[in-house]
Amino acid sequence: MSARVVLDVGGGAPLLPRAREAFLAALDEGWADPRRLHAEGRRARALLDGAREAIAAAVGARTEEVDLAPSHVAALHSAVRTVTQGRRRIGADVVVGAVERAAVLRSADFVTARGGGTRVTVPVDRDGRVDVAAMADAVARPGVALAALQHANGEVGTLQPVDEVHAAARAAGVPLLVDAGSSLGHVPVGDDWDVLAANPADWGGPHGVGVLVTRASVRRSPDGPPDEERWFPGGVAVPAALAAAVSLQEAQSDAAAADTARRDLIGVVRRRVAAEVPDVEVVGNPLHALPHVLTFSCLYVDGEALTGALDEVGFAVGSGSACTSDTLVPSHVLVAMGVLTHGNVRLALPRGTAREDVERFCDVLPAIVTRVRAQLGAAGL
Amino acid sequence: VTGDGEVVVDARGLRCPAPIIALARVARAEPPGTLVAVLATDPAAATDVPAWTRMRGHELLSSESDDDGALRLVVRLV
Repeated sequence: MSARVVLDVGGGAPLLPRAREAFLAALDEGWADPRRLHAEGRRARALLDGAREAIAAAVGARTEEVDLAPSHVAALHSAVRTVTQGRRRIGADVVVGAVERAAVLRSADFVTARGGGTRVTVPVDRDGRVDVAAMADAVARPGVALAALQHANGEVGTLQPVDEVHAAARAAGVPLLVDAGSSLGHVPVGDDWDVLAANPADWGGPHGVGVLVTRASVRRSPDGPPDEERWFPGGVAVPAALAAAVSLQEAQSDAAAADTARRDLIGVVRRRVAAEVPDVEVVGNPLHALPHVLTFSCLYVDGEALTGALDEVGFAVGSGSACTSDTLVPSHVLVAMGVLTHGNVRLALPRGTAREDVERFCDVLPAIVTRVRAQLGAAGL
Repeated sequence: VTGDGEVVVDARGLRCPAPIIALARVARAEPPGTLVAVLATDPAAATDVPAWTRMRGHELLSSESDDDGALRLVVRLV
């Protein structure tokens, strides 16, 4: 059997080499409790502070604006909870794009139900791009505590108009949470945000740590029992923090080359799938997109059967089809875009993906689609 | 075929892509202009029937939920 080809690393990429070294070094150097005042504690504290400083430099923020969370989901939950808590006298409504990550949508539901507000969901177009005019209109209404718009969608790759939406939110005095969980480490995220969340595991850092950056101008209040670590009680593991910072530097140092290489490969998949698989819908914006993400849906195909058949021949891919989810509902992203949800294949290419592996994926796909269609009695429809 | 000239595809209880495959079979058999009503309980059908209609160049006339919670979508074949 040939080697495995993993084309599904969104939110969980292989650890970058220098991140691994940093993690192991910090296990030896930074094992002590960073809150202790002895030399060992101070050494752990120095590693933690260094990690925050490096992350701050990488995103264009001040060190004190960077908080480290136990996960990306925890960072997003905290952002929504603490900012709406801090602004509860201004309003209780939360404005979100329709294709935000579930952690954003669910925490928006949670805080609005608790605070008597409304979650205002702004629709997206067929590419998954949010309606700027509708979002600008929604943030300008009275009573909005927070607006949230992802930098890019991790399922379909489409970049969001964060610049225009941030300008509208700023004019209305509403802080904008930008989820860069699929962007940071791959593309520049700019400075069109008031609160920024990012996911080290997505760019080749470790799991067990998330990044939340909050501009000093944003009012927030803790939403839970008090702790010395005000925003993420108990703090985070020092090795994970250090490896996150080092991996971000590593990812950004060759981001341009990795962008070009993967954008080229995604272009190959986009062209070959559209040309060689009958009745397929390749979705998302081909130009204003992440370099490494692509999604397509095959008519009359069962997503679970398709991903299973690809797995059998060595390709790990994702899917947003209902049959591949625990809850048997399709991806809310595909639903909001109004594109086919069944027969869905989702790719997120790791750095260093080989062209021959991508070509081989394109070689085997048409026959597998044909076979799955035949099994469902859908040949020739 | 019901009294008002609609062909009914009863896909209740089926999971995607089965409702769309059933719809496509009827579409292949019936002439242009035929109205096809799809009944489905799979939530994916609410998105996939309109998407199929668009991809195949047919026309979606309506999409609603019945009293029992099932979806009812009406398509005009082109």
